[in-house]
Amino acid sequence: MKQGVNLERFEIRLSGLGGQGIITLGRVLGAGLALGHGYQVTQTQSYGPEARGGSSRCDLVVSSGKISYPKAQSLDLLVALSQEACNAYYSFLKPGGILVLETDLVRQPPTNLYLGLPFTEMAASKVGIVQAMNTIVLGAISYLLPFVEQRIMRSSLQSALPAKIRDVNTKAFNLGHREAKREFGEQPEIWKGKPEEREGSDI
Amino acid sequence: MSEVIGNHIIHKYLRHNKKFPHVLCPGCGHGIALGALIRSVHCLGLEKDDVVIVAGIGCSGRLAVYVDFNTVHTTHGRALTFATGIKMAKPHLKVICLMGDGDALSIGGNHLIHAARRNIGITALVLNNNIYGMTGGQCSPTTPHGSFSMTSPYGQLEKGFDVAELARAAGANFVARGTSFHAQQLDKLLIQALQHPGFSMVEVVSPCHTQYGRKNKFKGAVDMYKWLKKSATPVERYAELDETGQKDRFPIGVFVDNDAPGLEEQYYALKEKMRGRKS
Amino acid sequence: MAAGRKKKRKELFALGNEAVVEGALLAGCSFYGGYPITPSSEIMEVMAQRLPKNDNGVFLQMEDEIASMGAVIGASLAGCKAMTATSGPGFSLMQEHLGYACMVEAPLVLVNVMRGGPSTGLPTSPAQGDVQQARWGTHGDHSMIVLSASNVQECLEMTITAFNMAEKYRTPVVLLLDEITAHTREKITIPREDEYEVFNRVVPTMPPEWYKPFEETVRGVPPMPPIGSGYRFHVTGLTHDPNGFPTSRPEEVADLMERMFRKIDQFLPQVSLYEEYLCADADVCVVAYGSVARSAEYAVEQARERGVKAGLLKLKTLFPYPRAATEKVMGHARALVVPEMNMGQISREVKRVNNGRATVRALNRVDGQIITPSEILKAIMQV
Ligand SMILES: Cc1ncc(C[n+]2csc(CCOP(=O)(O)OP(=O)(O)O)c2C)c(N)n1
Ligand code: SF4
Ligand SMILES: [Mg+2]
Repeated sequence: MKQGVNLERFEIRLSGLGGQGIITLGRVLGAGLALGHGYQVTQTQSYGPEARGGSSRCDLVVSSGKISYPKAQSLDLLVALSQEACNAYYSFLKPGGILVLETDLVRQPPTNLYLGLPFTEMAASKVGIVQAMNTIVLGAISYLLPFVEQRIMRSSLQSALPAKIRDVNTKAFNLGHREAKREFGEQPEIWKGKPEEREGSDI
Repeated sequence: MSEVIGNHIIHKYLRHNKKFPHVLCPGCGHGIALGALIRSVHCLGLEKDDVVIVAGIGCSGRLAVYVDFNTVHTTHGRALTFATGIKMAKPHLKVICLMGDGDALSIGGNHLIHAARRNIGITALVLNNNIYGMTGGQCSPTTPHGSFSMTSPYGQLEKGFDVAELARAAGANFVARGTSFHAQQLDKLLIQALQHPGFSMVEVVSPCHTQYGRKNKFKGAVDMYKWLKKSATPVERYAELDETGQKDRFPIGVFVDNDAPGLEEQYYALKEKMRGRKS
Repeated sequence: MAAGRKKKRKELFALGNEAVVEGALLAGCSFYGGYPITPSSEIMEVMAQRLPKNDNGVFLQMEDEIASMGAVIGASLAGCKAMTATSGPGFSLMQEHLGYACMVEAPLVLVNVMRGGPSTGLPTSPAQGDVQQARWGTHGDHSMIVLSASNVQECLEMTITAFNMAEKYRTPVVLLLDEITAHTREKITIPREDEYEVFNRVVPTMPPEWYKPFEETVRGVPPMPPIGSGYRFHVTGLTHDPNGFPTSRPEEVADLMERMFRKIDQFLPQVSLYEEYLCADADVCVVAYGSVARSAEYAVEQARERGVKAGLLKLKTLFPYPRAATEKVMGHARALVVPEMNMGQISREVKRVNNGRATVRALNRVDGQIITPSEILKAIMQV
């Protein structure tokens, strides 16, 4: 339960449509980071009318130290699994923050600096159930985030699930991780340097 | 069960450190209902420590303070909610609610139907005098159509509730009606009610000459008891009467007599079952 | 487990509302009666799962909030540690019995997860509009303990505290949360048994004939036996004498009222809970509570980075208002900023204590949005 990397304040927003399992994704990710990795995490989510309109949003703030303000304000990572969510939240991404898209559902990315995979299609064709899409995303994020250890996150996932669906989700998780590694490139390169030092920080 | 006994026994159950005289008017029917309750508790051999009287607000609610049981005088209309908490927490206690007609059916109407629906093991006495006695004679939800009160100076336009029918429809396990005139029968009805599992309700038609009788052509309290004697009809006989015969009469006796287990019984059985599964 | 080694503390990734349940169960809560309402419902739902599994736990869904409080008071009189939880509209309905609980001195915990109001208002948005209602919502003069929590761990801890104070002072305690604190998930640590204190109400030891249920004691708190334990007495919402019987004799009325205030007021230092953050040398001090205190903490850090000596007084007790703590920071701070998700319900308390000494700047927001750190920072930089 050691924190591998020292984090100041890292903000993640997972967004998309109701029914995509965004909140569950956020809870498993949050529990993995908080209980498995030992970080401080606050997780908040859309409620009420906001959650009913067919859209869904889940925010996490991750830090090595105490988190004062619990809500996400300027995002280090935005995962958008629908065009609507992408349009709505892109502007919250901080300069140098990373955008991850579901490439079939976000047909008009607001920038060409993004990472993407057809998560839904992968779930249907390679795992066999569409509902495992969020777990594939979890696998991909686990690869992407330099402070996440695949092994810890996977066991966190497994402990959160009933036995019946554990295997299929483990498969989905591994798939996400593998595909992200192949598509997104070498990990340290992605987050190289402080955002402001990176090229294209004016986006 | 021992034999039904005389009034001297009542003294054993009064609180002698409480300042008397009591608040009831001469001729009030409420005291008779309290007497019947004491006699039935005595007949059943219940321990004083095991009896909890939970009362609402009204002349009816004031009765609780005089008797030497565990007594809780609550808020207007809500006695059943407190009683529900007590019964669920301490299911071995005999929990008895004393309520007025305004108390139980107006402000507390929702609590009454829900207590009946959830079949919580409480015996509820609704002392029905067709009026708000304590506050000076305003209309209650049982004030009959056409009668006069401080808030129906030209005659009540609304219909009154049939208390027993309401409790039956809401699912009470045991429903009965008695009167302050038929005191011996009332003892028996209360004994039956107290022995029933689940929710039991006894409506006691109880005269209030001070606030109701005076305004409705009853010359004195005695007239009201005469009226009870004349119009209260055993339910079996009442059923045989035709419409004109039923007019100006009302049935007394037992209307519902079921044995479904009370909520608290079911709840503790569930806990027991879950504990078994754990070990 | 190896002998001598301390048991590992259990950690959970939990909602504020779930943490309330954890705290309540640690404190010995054995009765929950409630009525569902957003954004407090998770408390009720988790209680519905947990209490039936407990040795003596009772869970009840009642027909409304009035009934919920009635059942909770009934259970409290029967000896249970009892609680309910609600939000805005339900809190209004509970006021009737909150007063009854004060009058009969029934210990209980009422959690109100504040949402936007008045009326149905903003069911899913945060607010802090019920602060003065918690203090004064029920009719008649009365003392009231009102607590708050600003993060998930505090939800657990303050729930334990709420139960302890309720039992210690024989009084209802209101715990005010807001939608953000209630619906944020964070890591919480369940304290080990030796790491938290649980207080149980004092029960009488004298023979029942000697017992007077509302008699004066040194602490002002009479011992309280559970119903059905051999002490038969009368409980009433009417003003009563030491025997519990109704009275309107002026001297008896005065004695009761005076004792009911004194039993809490004389323990003000123990009841006033707060935290100071960077207050020692602060020129500008933020006074905040609930989720806004988190924004304030962030703002204070940022102000310090910019060279402004800012500090935070975080209130965990809202009433009785922690006067001494406020006076202390006013000793050196020349300005106080009071951010709240209402039109100024605690800032009026601050102003009352301040009495013209420092500049008090209220920062108010009532649009269903949390006050952000940058708004507070701006206010700090301005004053
Ligand atoms: C919330 C509330 N509303 C109103 C009252 C005033 N009040 C006291 S007793 C009563 C009516 C009592 O009538 P009933 O229940 O029929 O009892 P009775 O006096 O006839 O026995 C009312 C309205 C109150 N005490 N509390
Ligand atoms: S006012 Fe009526 S109900 Fe009240 S005590 Fe007098 S007679 Fe009885
Ligand atoms: Mg009446």
